[in-house]
Amino acid sequence: MWNELRSAGVIAALALCAGARAEDARRSGFDDMGPGTQAMQREDSSNPGMLSALEGESLWSAPAGPAQTSCASCHGEASASMKGVAARYPAFDTASQRPLDLAGRISQCRDQRQQAGPLPRESRELVALTTYVGLQSRGQPIAPPEDARLTPFRDAGKALYSQRMGQLNFSCAQCHDENAGGHLGAALIPQAHPTGYPLYRLEWQATGSLQRRLRNCMIGTRAEPFTYGGLEYIELELFLMQRAAGMAIETPAVRP
Amino acid sequence: MRAPAAFLALAFLPGPCQAAELVQYQIENGEIRASLTGQPGNPVRGRAIVAERQKGLCLLCHTGSFPEERFQGDLAPTLAGVGARMSEGQLRLRMVDGTKVNGQTIMPPYYRIDGLARVAPAFRGKTLLNAPEIEDVVAYLRTLRDDDAGQSK
Repeated sequence: MWNELRSAGVIAALALCAGARAEDARRSGFDDMGPGTQAMQREDSSNPGMLSALEGESLWSAPAGPAQTSCASCHGEASASMKGVAARYPAFDTASQRPLDLAGRISQCRDQRQQAGPLPRESRELVALTTYVGLQSRGQPIAPPEDARLTPFRDAGKALYSQRMGQLNFSCAQCHDENAGGHLGAALIPQAHPTGYPLYRLEWQATGSLQRRLRNCMIGTRAEPFTYGGLEYIELELFLMQRAAGMAIETPAVRP
Repeated sequence: MRAPAAFLALAFLPGPCQAAELVQYQIENGEIRASLTGQPGNPVRGRAIVAERQKGLCLLCHTGSFPEERFQGDLAPTLAGVGARMSEGQLRLRMVDGTKVNGQTIMPPYYRIDGLARVAPAFRGKTLLNAPEIEDVVAYLRTLRDDDAGQSK
């Protein structure tokens, strides 16, 4: 019953997407990359983010904690159980009464279910597991949950997105809404849709999270970044995922 | 804020900008008429500040006649001819705090330390440029009278 309902929901969402596509001016960062970088993302054998996903795949079934359980012990095959999950995050966590992003959920599971301790933010293992779980939603439309408990957090994210910050006094919106498509020096300003995280950024020479990317922008405006894992980043992600609803997940994307 | 200890600490911080004490200025009819230093700036030094990416940051958004500088931004009007379009006082106000002219501008306030959110510790209480540097840039911009320059798209 639930599965039927959910399928119907997905079909409805897809139909909505198709209807909107004609006038959809939204662009993934992928659309504005050079053909070489696009090809690097498209081909799994050349996509460096796949190394992280592969590492995540082995972590998925690696036992940890006193009971030596793995993700797979409870969740089975990620290709089945994790399909579409990344497209719905951040989600509301009843226990902590706040939204959790996907990395936060994985770390919480590691800590509370496996009792193996939380994985530090941006650690290789957490990025790898998040990339692997994200990969299971590749190609799926971003589908933020309709959960009223998320609304105040999403609204807070929207306000943060429009708040000027740092010595340079820029807001996210000033660049990524009002000046998207323009050039800051040589760099094309993208619309900043979080479709591909965790992603491999050539500038990093590494796979990293949306929070790492947001942190880069904050440092660029000479603002003090939020703490990794901080609620502000998750609020921003909630807003950005809503703004990108219906766009396809690309994890692991490649970006300049 | 004005404790001697704070002054001492700030005095040893590297960087171009001064701490705490800003020169007072008057805005009249969209202009700051008086030089912040009481002296005219040096246009040669001003050009260097404008062209230098880490200092003036100007060419990240503006284009201008800087054939040696590649990758100029296109988010803001060209600097070519700006000295003919605007008076010295108008240029000075836009440098000091462009939001006084247009509340929505993306131009950073180069000579303001208040009303900013979450400024990183290394930049807190410091202006982007100091008063002599503002005057140097204003003096340089005033020399840009040729409308045809810098149209390299």
